[in-house]
Amino acid sequence: MATPRRSPRAAVPAQTAGDDATPRIEVRKTYKLYIGGAFPRTESGRSYLVSAADGSPLANASRASRKDLRDAVRAARKASEGWAAKTAMNRGQVLYRVAELMEGRRAQFFAEVAAAEGISAARARDAVARAIDRWVWYAGWADKIAQVLGSSNPVAAPYFNFTIPEPTGVVGIVAPETSSLLGLVSRLAPPLVAGNAVVVIASETRPLPAVTLTEVLATSDVPAGVVNVLTGLKPELVPVLAAHEDVDAIDTWGVPERLRAEVETLAADDIKRIARRPAGVSDARFDWSDDRAAERPEWIAAFLEMKTVWHPIGV
Amino acid sequence: MTSDTTAVTRSNKGAPASWGLGDGQAIPWEYAPAPESRETVTIRERYGLFIGGREVPASDGSTFTTVNPATEEPLAEVARATPADVDRAVASARRAQRRSWGTLPGRERAKYLYRIARLLQERSREFAVLESMDSGKPIKESRDVDVPLAAAHFWYYAGWADKLEYAFPGRIARPLGVAAQIIPWNFPLLMLAWKIAPALAAGNTVVLKPASTTPLSALLFADVCRQADLPAGVVNIVPGPGEIGMHLVTHPNVDKVAFTGSTEIGRKIAKGVAGTDKALTLELGGKAANIVFEDAALDQAVEGIVNGIYFNQGEVCCAGSRLLAQESIVEPLIEKLKDRLSTIRVGDPLDKNTDVGAINSRAQLEKITELVASGAAEGAEMYQPACDLPDRGYFFRPTLFTNVAQSHRIAREEIFGPVLSVLTFRTPDEAVEKANNTPYGLSAGIWTEKGSRILAMVQRMKAGVVWANTFNRFDPTSPFGGYKESGFGREGGMHGLHAYVRLEDR
Repeated sequence: MATPRRSPRAAVPAQTAGDDATPRIEVRKTYKLYIGGAFPRTESGRSYLVSAADGSPLANASRASRKDLRDAVRAARKASEGWAAKTAMNRGQVLYRVAELMEGRRAQFFAEVAAAEGISAARARDAVARAIDRWVWYAGWADKIAQVLGSSNPVAAPYFNFTIPEPTGVVGIVAPETSSLLGLVSRLAPPLVAGNAVVVIASETRPLPAVTLTEVLATSDVPAGVVNVLTGLKPELVPVLAAHEDVDAIDTWGVPERLRAEVETLAADDIKRIARRPAGVSDARFDWSDDRAAERPEWIAAFLEMKTVWHPIGV
Repeated sequence: MTSDTTAVTRSNKGAPASWGLGDGQAIPWEYAPAPESRETVTIRERYGLFIGGREVPASDGSTFTTVNPATEEPLAEVARATPADVDRAVASARRAQRRSWGTLPGRERAKYLYRIARLLQERSREFAVLESMDSGKPIKESRDVDVPLAAAHFWYYAGWADKLEYAFPGRIARPLGVAAQIIPWNFPLLMLAWKIAPALAAGNTVVLKPASTTPLSALLFADVCRQADLPAGVVNIVPGPGEIGMHLVTHPNVDKVAFTGSTEIGRKIAKGVAGTDKALTLELGGKAANIVFEDAALDQAVEGIVNGIYFNQGEVCCAGSRLLAQESIVEPLIEKLKDRLSTIRVGDPLDKNTDVGAINSRAQLEKITELVASGAAEGAEMYQPACDLPDRGYFFRPTLFTNVAQSHRIAREEIFGPVLSVLTFRTPDEAVEKANNTPYGLSAGIWTEKGSRILAMVQRMKAGVVWANTFNRFDPTSPFGGYKESGFGREGGMHGLHAYVRLEDR
């Protein structure tokens, strides 16, 4: 395996170490998994080389194993009840704080997105800014979605009847392959604001911005285990996620088309909810910068269960 | 075939102890038969498929017999759809969706649905009698629950047809296209209404496969469609076996699949649509806990428990099949339940006094019998009241098991029969743990006089419908559907529309 020779941070102005202006040797980052609030390397000891859009090597990312995935699901299950039990306003504030912390890391995200996606500086800057703004947009839904999707139902009998949304539980997310940060945030925020704990399989070819996002999450107020992020090979990890019986729903946006039938067949075994990419929409070409198309309360609703409650009216 | 009578039973026709007549006294009256007239229904010898607005025989001329489960006598010969018939039905639905129904303004679609609702009301007795004869359910339930609710569903969704923009603010709701719908035998007409009404309101056309033991009310509904002058091909009905259902859901020209039935078949259907762009909703099995706290109004709770598990012979996906009773009141509660069971009238579904009718089919009766035998074999204690069962037909005594462990099959598997398993708990935490200890999550019941406890328990139930101090209530405005392996998607209410639309930006 080739040695990475260019840091995605190269786009950040070089620092000098002393008066003699000798170029400083950069301290490179180890890109790790994020499971239960900790940053383990994969238990398998494996890594894979991640390259920039121009083909130059960027870093060795952890190549997560099935065991890592099972650990991540266990961490998510453990965290899910506490996250679901937070007040809606609190959940909104916690997610808003993710945006606050991302704001401070814009330069790093910019460098990683630009290197990963090979897009112009202007587009990379726009993608990072929108990713931050998208957190703000979704965070604001936390204490509104129940009013928009819930209902009081006028049944034809003397009963008080109402319907309230509740989080589905543990959601597996197969992140978009192409849009490394904005696409990821756009799929991650909806199930989170709904109150679910998640296990993310990051973009296989562009995983570094996802790893940096976990460093933001770790220092935010999002409780450990609510978000778990794995990097690795999708054909190896996605079927395990789809078949895992403690995963209640799966977002298959970033599942390679050739794996989709297999993944959905595995997910059928425990009647998983499947949030699919809409028919005719391509992962590679979807425009995540189109706010109208990429910000949808329906995407929150996909990870909610509707609970209807009846009680008699009488004295 | 009758149920196993080796259980502990009361002296024959003994009066409940609570009546104070003394031990072993006979109930001091008999119910005179009160049969509902069959005159309102003319059951033909043969029924065809309903495709493109016309009744047609199966392409290969094959038929199957539908029997009256209360008498085991044949009711009619029904055309058995072939794959070619399904193909024609789907093509007919596609044509109608493109040419007539999909382009019809919502307010015109609404008027057709109102017509259907009115026709169901006008012909309600005919439907009720036919439904009871074909399914075995008591006439008082088909008359007072199934048929009025079916009409109410069409009425409710009729009004949505021209108001979809208010159901999905900021979005335009488009129909999905052709909906393939498969319904079970426990509420044949009502499940048809749950499926067809929202689909049509949103501008879809449908191909519906009724259960093979209960096709007649769907075929009578075809006549309602004709009377309503519903455009040809908007509703197509193709009775047949399970393979025909799989052919329908895997048909490449279908856009939406909706299924109500067992989790086992639901899995197969989900696999059948895997990898396609078809929308899917599933309403599957259940093993609901009905939780009774020590402060509950016990007499009301007993009525709710009885309604929860013996309604429709217990052939209800959301039936309260696991009674969780707080330990301090188990004994009085069981005593009251046994008393109440001794007054349940099992028999002729067409008798207006009947509480529990016939089991839908011989196969279902055998399944119930087998599971009940497993309950006794695994060590639970069985009780059945000493009621006479008719000589013919598929009947089963209302059954109650005490000393049930969570590991027993009768506490884990959906029996779909009049069989209640009683478990106990000490604390609310234990009740929650036991109630949720199942892969299912369709419904739950909570009985307590304490409001804050109701709301706390409601929050913790992993179930799509929670009845507090009531059970088995249904309404077209009230969303219904499951958590976990009880399925996904909701039927009823505004939420029920969501299953039949594609949302676009304005």
